Amino acid sequence: MSAPADHSITARDVNLWYGKFQALRDVTLNIKHGLITSLIGPSGCGKTTLLRCFNRVNERYGYVTTTGEIHLLGKNIYDPDVSLIELRKSVGMVFQRPNPLPLSIYENVVFGLRVHAEGAALRRSALDEAVEKALTEVNLWHDLKDRLHHKAIALQLEQQQKLCIARLLPLKPEIILMDEPCSALDVEGTAAIEELMFSLKGRYTLVIVTHNMAQARRASDECIFMLLGKMIEHSRTEDLFLTPADPKTAEYIEGRYG
Amino acid sequence: MFAVRAAKRAPWAVVGEKIIEALVYFCGFSAIVFVLGIFVFVFKEALPIFAHEQFSLTEFLTSSDWYPTSESNKRYGVFAMIVGTASVTVLAMVIAVPFGLGAAIYLSEFCGQKTRETLKIVIELLAAVPSVVWGFIGLTVMSKLIVQYTGTPVGVNVLNGGLILALMSVPIIVSISEDALKAVPDSYREAAIALGVTRWQLVWRVLLPAAKQGLLAAVLLGVGRGVGETMAVLMATGHAVHIPHGVLDSVRTLTANIAAELGEAPAGSDHYRVLFLTGVLLFTLTFAVNLIADTIVRGIRRK
Repeated sequence: MSAPADHSITARDVNLWYGKFQALRDVTLNIKHGLITSLIGPSGCGKTTLLRCFNRVNERYGYVTTTGEIHLLGKNIYDPDVSLIELRKSVGMVFQRPNPLPLSIYENVVFGLRVHAEGAALRRSALDEAVEKALTEVNLWHDLKDRLHHKAIALQLEQQQKLCIARLLPLKPEIILMDEPCSALDVEGTAAIEELMFSLKGRYTLVIVTHNMAQARRASDECIFMLLGKMIEHSRTEDLFLTPADPKTAEYIEGRYG
Repeated sequence: MFAVRAAKRAPWAVVGEKIIEALVYFCGFSAIVFVLGIFVFVFKEALPIFAHEQFSLTEFLTSSDWYPTSESNKRYGVFAMIVGTASVTVLAMVIAVPFGLGAAIYLSEFCGQKTRETLKIVIELLAAVPSVVWGFIGLTVMSKLIVQYTGTPVGVNVLNGGLILALMSVPIIVSISEDALKAVPDSYREAAIALGVTRWQLVWRVLLPAAKQGLLAAVLLGVGRGVGETMAVLMATGHAVHIPHGVLDSVRTLTANIAAELGEAPAGSDHYRVLFLTGVLLFTLTFAVNLIADTIVRGIRRK
């Protein structure tokens, strides 16, 4: 079964256990191509777990069991012949706390290329070009172009988070997963990252986990509400917030629990 | 009513507390007292040799003539032993560093929980083997193997000492390197894994650069162990005062020289004082190595 062309991610009956604890229950959903989709729900509802299924980074802990299918760009990523390296090359991830590698700004941006690319793509001129392009795309080039060889860890948090987005771009991912990308940032940092998300939308499919309902409301096209490992509701953001179909969604967005 | 007032306590409790405080204080500072005490004592025993007009520090450090008991012409040159110590230590590190780092990488990144626990216990056992037992193995087992496989007439030599010392340093290198690798924040691993690195790329491109200071400290502590080790190298290196031309030559190390000769040197004689001076030299060497390692480790913590 392959996903329709306008769906980037299609999940079918996904169940996931951490040891004996079941974190996802029969999750079935379609995430549309080129949009920003946010995953919302109270703590422990499985939204981060679900996000981490899409690049299978969950599996680095040995005690995770997953069943069901997740089709990404028409291919079930749980098929035995899937290469995790290729999967993660086309599905980028941004984390809750900015985590630039302890290298220079330049090396952070070309890290993906150094790991995946071969031959001409690793020539100095090609790398320089990739750095300029990626940093320009996240609005960092102007500020950082004179100190590309400084340590990335010394940057401000907002710049670090932008750098973490920039380092995905040279690999030309199809999908970018963001796990509460603004929770470590202040108001201006959050606004800057959201603006960046709008500029990336269209070319990339963005899936973002957020605790911040206001952020989901203003920054996403579609919204998925999860509760206790189940997907409760998936609709256009304004529909979900104005006319929720499920009473549990309504109670959550009214702030009755969460 | 509620009052902030000291509760009445028995006088013995107050005094007892003071005594315990003083004891703990003393324990804390005793290390400094002992280190200074040892240095002062060793230095004091060595110092009078400088008053001796025939003795020259330059000759002591650069000459290979070690004839402390000659009737007509006593000469005290420890250069051959400096080279001996250096050659055994360098060979030991050439073997132990790749081996130790490899083991630490395996333990921290590749093996499962159960294997790791078992291996760590075994490696700690390796550290618990007394050095004289290592010397014993060098003298009997290792030397026979070396004679058998290289055809050299004498099995106690630089190679033997280096191998034994390598085996003794590996546990230190492994445990400190493993700590250094474990101290690398998991967020770095996650960042790299999400970018699609293989396990080896993760080690090579992220973990080793991130942990490099801790790894360097591990190596330096291994070197300190090598320079200071006495009994095992005394038994395994052949004890010949001789600048080696290859790993199959016998050598004598600074430490082994002191251990073997101090008992025979009459207290207060020139020979006795020169041996203490060798002690000062060793002390300075190991102190410098440890100090550098410590500074590096501190540097990591501050980050």
